[in-house]
Amino acid sequence: MSLRPVFADLEVGQELPAQNFVVTRETLIRYAGASGDFNVIHWSQRHALEVGLPDVIAHGNLTMALGARYLTQWAGDPGALSDYGVRFTKPVVVPDTDAGTTVEITGKILELEGDSRVRIDLTVTSEGQKVLTQARAWVHLS
Amino acid sequence: MPLDTGFIGRVYPATQPYVVSRAKIAEFADVVGDDSPAYRDVEAALALGYPDVIAPPTFATIVTLEAAYAVVHDPALGLDWTRVVHGDQRFVYDRPLRAGDEITVVVTVESIRSMAGNDMIVLRGDVATVQGEHAVTSYTLLVARSAADSA
Repeated sequence: MSLRPVFADLEVGQELPAQNFVVTRETLIRYAGASGDFNVIHWSQRHALEVGLPDVIAHGNLTMALGARYLTQWAGDPGALSDYGVRFTKPVVVPDTDAGTTVEITGKILELEGDSRVRIDLTVTSEGQKVLTQARAWVHLS
Repeated sequence: MPLDTGFIGRVYPATQPYVVSRAKIAEFADVVGDDSPAYRDVEAALALGYPDVIAPPTFATIVTLEAAYAVVHDPALGLDWTRVVHGDQRFVYDRPLRAGDEITVVVTVESIRSMAGNDMIVLRGDVATVQGEHAVTSYTLLVARSAADSA
């Protein structure tokens, strides 16, 4: 169990620790099965190239799910999110290698409300590119 | 051709009930390597104040994305789904989904607009239990890129 953040100790502008997530083709296959999203661009390089993508790309909602994991882990409560939204700006390209690719996530506190609500802005990058923008959440610290 | 804005406010029938299972929750959490016990261990979930294991925050995508695609494929709407990309996604939570929930989605066309030849449609998906308890609202922005763009 991670140490839970204490609301009174938080400050607007505070940065949350960065975390890296490895995404491989296996991750995509497993996410397809778990989510039911079997769109071919997430598992077939041939189809991805046909529609002009550089390679197979990750499901946008998978990248979003990594952000959710980042936020709930920081909060120390998997049910802490009250509002979470993202814009899918750039695809996460996943080569067919053992290393796959890495999604790096950092967070920053934008706003503190009441005695428990924290607005967090996520920066989500892969290969140096911002893959999500306007990735923001309200986290309720219990 | 721009989409018919007459579809704004249209409400689609509730999807078939989907039963949230502990196995599916664990499978979903495994993908993102999230080992939180509240996703797997009933006792741990109870200790956090939940009546059963809860689902990760974006679990609702299992039902909302499929419900959204059903609308996208509605021939009356006339969206060319081969040009559709997922632009934005937002979830607003009343409570986490949990094992045992039997849920349906009611999709409402929230907005339709055209920008630079791209059609943009926002679908709201209200996820509630069959007993009528609201859990999550999903907002999905789908963008149909203009045919000229992709040529």
